[in-house]
Amino acid sequence: MKRSLLPFSLSLLLSLAVQAEPWTAPIEQIRKVGPEGAGNTEAAQAWSALTALGPEMLVPVLTAMEGASPLARNWLRTAVETVFDRELAAKAPLPGEAIKSFVLDRAHEPNARRLAFELYAKIAPDDSATLIPGFADDPSPALRREAVSKLLAEGKAQLEAGDQEKSLATLNAALDAAREVDQIDAITKLLREKLAQKVDLPKHFGFLSHWHLIGPFDNTGREGFARVYPPEETIALDAGYPGKDGKPVKWQAYATPDDYGKVDFNQPYGPLKQVVGYAYTEFHAAEARDAQIRLGCKNAWKVWFNGELLFGRDEYHRGQRIDQYSLPVKLQPGKNTILVKACQNEQEQDWTAQWEFQLRVCDATGTAILSTDRQPTPEKAAPARRRPAKSE
Amino acid sequence: MRTLLLTLALIPLALPARADWLNFRGPNGSGHAPDITTTVGELSDQTLAWQVALPGRGLGSPIIVGDKIIVTAASGPEQQQLHILCFSAKDGSPVWERRFWATGRTMSHSKTNVAAPTPASDGERIYALYSSNDLICVDLDGNLVWMRGLTLDYPNASNSLGMASSPIVVGDTLVAQIENDSESFAAGFDLLTGVNKWKLDRPKSANWTSPTILNKDGESIVALQSSDGILGLVPATGSSVFTVAGGASTIPSAAASGSELYIPSNGVTVVALGATGEEPKKVWNQTNQRPGTASLLVAGEKLYLINNAGVLTCAKKESGEVLWEVRLKGPFSGSPVAGGDGKLYIFSEQGVGQVVDPSGEKGVVSSEVELGETILCTPALDGKALYIRSDGHLWKFAGK
Repeated sequence: MKRSLLPFSLSLLLSLAVQAEPWTAPIEQIRKVGPEGAGNTEAAQAWSALTALGPEMLVPVLTAMEGASPLARNWLRTAVETVFDRELAAKAPLPGEAIKSFVLDRAHEPNARRLAFELYAKIAPDDSATLIPGFADDPSPALRREAVSKLLAEGKAQLEAGDQEKSLATLNAALDAAREVDQIDAITKLLREKLAQKVDLPKHFGFLSHWHLIGPFDNTGREGFARVYPPEETIALDAGYPGKDGKPVKWQAYATPDDYGKVDFNQPYGPLKQVVGYAYTEFHAAEARDAQIRLGCKNAWKVWFNGELLFGRDEYHRGQRIDQYSLPVKLQPGKNTILVKACQNEQEQDWTAQWEFQLRVCDATGTAILSTDRQPTPEKAAPARRRPAKSE
Repeated sequence: MRTLLLTLALIPLALPARADWLNFRGPNGSGHAPDITTTVGELSDQTLAWQVALPGRGLGSPIIVGDKIIVTAASGPEQQQLHILCFSAKDGSPVWERRFWATGRTMSHSKTNVAAPTPASDGERIYALYSSNDLICVDLDGNLVWMRGLTLDYPNASNSLGMASSPIVVGDTLVAQIENDSESFAAGFDLLTGVNKWKLDRPKSANWTSPTILNKDGESIVALQSSDGILGLVPATGSSVFTVAGGASTIPSAAASGSELYIPSNGVTVVALGATGEEPKKVWNQTNQRPGTASLLVAGEKLYLINNAGVLTCAKKESGEVLWEVRLKGPFSGSPVAGGDGKLYIFSEQGVGQVVDPSGEKGVVSSEVELGETILCTPALDGKALYIRSDGHLWKFAGK
């Protein structure tokens, strides 16, 4: 009996001790904000209580961002910045070392650490700059970006100074560290064009390059988006079905050499309109883990993972980019299945020709997760030789 | 008695000179502020009062609340960082800034930006909406009052080109159009809590227009424009009051003038509200008048529109009869505004600010200034002052 009560008593004591801190209750209140405005009124009161505190609240509130919802993190962030700005303007003592320690502790929430880095840079700009190289393998993409920027600048300078060997090493380190598209593009351009290096971008990003495609099915009047065609019910790669206008369709293998993993339905099927296509692939995971499927698509689309519909979106031709949509998934060890439905509509303008998507598997920081049986990225076809003119 | 006299004498001094410009295109969301009887008058290096750097791009206009100028911006490689900035109207000094992480999608066409909508105010609070569908309320001191992540609540409500419709406060309701090809809706939000007072399905079609306010018998009716036409609503409840069919543009917005609405529809179509329960009556339609991106403007007895070639047309408000045309230095993404003195102010995408004096037989550009920065927004007017934001700066022009 005594043994069972002991943990309870300790827990109570700890709880009381924690609750004694003036920021504890407001933080808890703010973390309760929910959908459709739920908890806003109480959160505003809690926010006032937090911002009435002194700089001793900064690190505890930064810490509380771990596990908080995106909305709650914003409430906490503005409270931190409000107090910090006020105290900085008043030239009050700020807990610089504690904030620095927070930045360096990778267990904390990534955005909170980036915010803490910005605060620390205002307190100790010179010392904060010395932290940047250590961010090259940081789990916070926003901190990692700082290190990549520095490496990229160094690699460029080495190139301009004519030291190709050093530049190659620096730019390779930058590419290893880079997770954001603009930086990856800038580094790759230098590696390829200035240093004649091969860069396997699909592998770096984790794009899936090998698929099976089937189509076209009918999307007249955009009704195909909601219509259930056979691939949504069962995957049988040796099966055939009636497609649009009753014409038979069957699965075919497809591999894309595109740097950004674009799967282009127009290649096997031609520039069709008012059609639906499906793409299927399997992803073999080394272990069970959290991951993200990141999709770019300017057609209406749906994605299924291990037979479960993740999300669908019926927007056409408003734009496409890498990582346009992030869909959280739990990889299971061994085989995982991915099915993509891409719908083309009736528009005829030049900018509506695309019937394609790009999909990669990565972690929350954007680091590629590769299938254990990943096939080599297909080689790009050599540019077609110009046929000699008769007079030549 | 002596105290009373002293108090009375001080009242005019204590009351702020409020010529607030509280939302996109100012009064009624229509661009015309008749109460500002004397506008800045001239745009030139001599009337440039100050300029301050902004931390990010934005297409939203500045708004004016008392002696504070509020503007929003977005920054970061993927525009994830949202800013609400408050400056002193007097000298442009920063008063406060609040930053947020976007909770919705931040993708947009490279020309536009996540901070495309203009914030709104009721004179006590600021309501900032972004293309990411983050809707944030702070008070005039920057204290956070509430926040909504509308894409968290309604996951398919977004436009990959970017959203741009600006919200507006009508009575005790904030009205916003979150209209797009997928999960398309309009909603009225409680000013104090941010919860939905009403939410209405809207046409599944991308729409960048902003609400305007009609006044009929002392009541305000909010007009929502879309590819379907116009829907008139009671702002507090979202109840339908009237519809105007026939479609309308999804880029330039209508202009309200009392109980008349000037709609970019089949050229320009004008309707007048009838008695309660009656549908609006068509006043006139001119199919050859084609507004471009800039919204319509009604000032005094004149209607103004700018086509995609940068030609400003002035027409009679009651008939649409064209009075004159003048070619401006375009192209324009922002819209013209005017005060009580009738002068028009507009800035081109290349950052050329132009004043058009319409008082003669033909409108003339009476002054212009080149700011050398991209400007895609609409200016805000105050008494003898004008505020505009470019990609990099907030600018104030002040008349003498």
